[in-house]
Amino acid sequence: MSPELSIVLLSVKVALVATIASMPAAVVVALILARRQFWGRSVLNAIVHLPLVMPPVVTGYLLLTTFGTRGPVGAFLEQAFGLVVAFRWTGAALAAAVMGFPLMVRAIRLAIEQVDPDLEAAARSLGASPLWTTCAVTLPLALPGILSGMMLAFAKALGEFGATITFVSNIPGETRTLALAIYTLTQTPGSDAAIWRLLSLSIGVSFTALLASEALARRMERRRR
Amino acid sequence: MSVDVMIRHGLERITLDVRFTLGPGLTALLGPSGAGKTRTLDVIAGLLHPSEGRVVIDGDVLTDTSQRLDVPPHRRRIGYVFQDSRLFPHLTVRQNLGFSRWFTRDPKAGIAFDDVVRLLDLEPVLTRHPARLSGGERRRVALGRALLSHPRLLLLDEPLGSVEAAKRQEILPYLDRLIADLRLPMIYVTHDWDEVRGRAAHVVLIEDGRTRNGAI
Repeated sequence: MSPELSIVLLSVKVALVATIASMPAAVVVALILARRQFWGRSVLNAIVHLPLVMPPVVTGYLLLTTFGTRGPVGAFLEQAFGLVVAFRWTGAALAAAVMGFPLMVRAIRLAIEQVDPDLEAAARSLGASPLWTTCAVTLPLALPGILSGMMLAFAKALGEFGATITFVSNIPGETRTLALAIYTLTQTPGSDAAIWRLLSLSIGVSFTALLASEALARRMERRRR
Repeated sequence: MSVDVMIRHGLERITLDVRFTLGPGLTALLGPSGAGKTRTLDVIAGLLHPSEGRVVIDGDVLTDTSQRLDVPPHRRRIGYVFQDSRLFPHLTVRQNLGFSRWFTRDPKAGIAFDDVVRLLDLEPVLTRHPARLSGGERRRVALGRALLSHPRLLLLDEPLGSVEAAKRQEILPYLDRLIADLRLPMIYVTHDWDEVRGRAAHVVLIEDGRTRNGAI
């Protein structure tokens, strides 16, 4: 396999795992923010949005101190499950997931807020518990928003740089994703051709993902008519 | 069957003092718009929580603020046909009708799916989505969907409201058929006496959130 292709595959793997693994949590948080009134709601909202406004290096460093082998969570994960994320591709996925999380939550929350509460009331009157109502009415109606949120998070994950390089460093074959590989090449004289190869691959992947999500959204719209 | 509703809804500064007894067949809840008819239905269905009051159906206390008791809407077994139908736009007519089959304890009890489809003439539209139904069809689907949740009481909120006079024939004969075929107590909310004349077994007048009981 050419080195470029393996870099692309690693990046896509990291971004896909980050997006899919963080989706359930994003849906839960979005549901809470959209439908529940409670003390501390704005605090939760602020915490969710922190990775969006903090410098990515700060997020990466916080991840390193928490999930590193000597960090509290990292040590626990290693002892209990033998799972190490620091300096592994799984750590890159974790960093990407954290950075994309606010975008995903935001899109899903907006979609849930668009769902007519009257429809939820109708479901309740038909015998559906709150959980059933969420699963059978709210989430299916918010599906386009959930998908566009996942798309945004995927795009963010694909281009993530600062938190990744701080948390899991820049290890070829393990954590060197597209953005990191391009950065590395820019530091190496005489690698213009390689940079352009990676750049076009990067644009190609992003473009394909955008087209695919657009097609998916249009198909869902059509099914509803 | 008796429905005893006495509520004060503090937030909206509305006082509803509604007490009435239901017989078998249709009870008309009649009053001008803004009198509190829909709110009364919402309270009975458990969708609106009164700041003070009681809802008792057949001796079954569903809401009693003095005891902090409020049975959640999905455990009340009360069917509700909303004025705006509220069909689920992501589901076909068949799926809308069958929505409650997941939650009904004994799906074989009560009226069967095929009977509802036949009674309301829904066979031709079963595979359609709500966006492609006429106003009358939409109301019939909402009616069938509520019936299939096997309610002990059916609430109808202006089932003919905003339907043109000419199109009322898309609904009225079906309603009459239901009243005749199913021995299901129903509360029919309307501001139009003509709609319920000859159909209602009882009439309850509601004005400014208060009822005046009357019999025909």
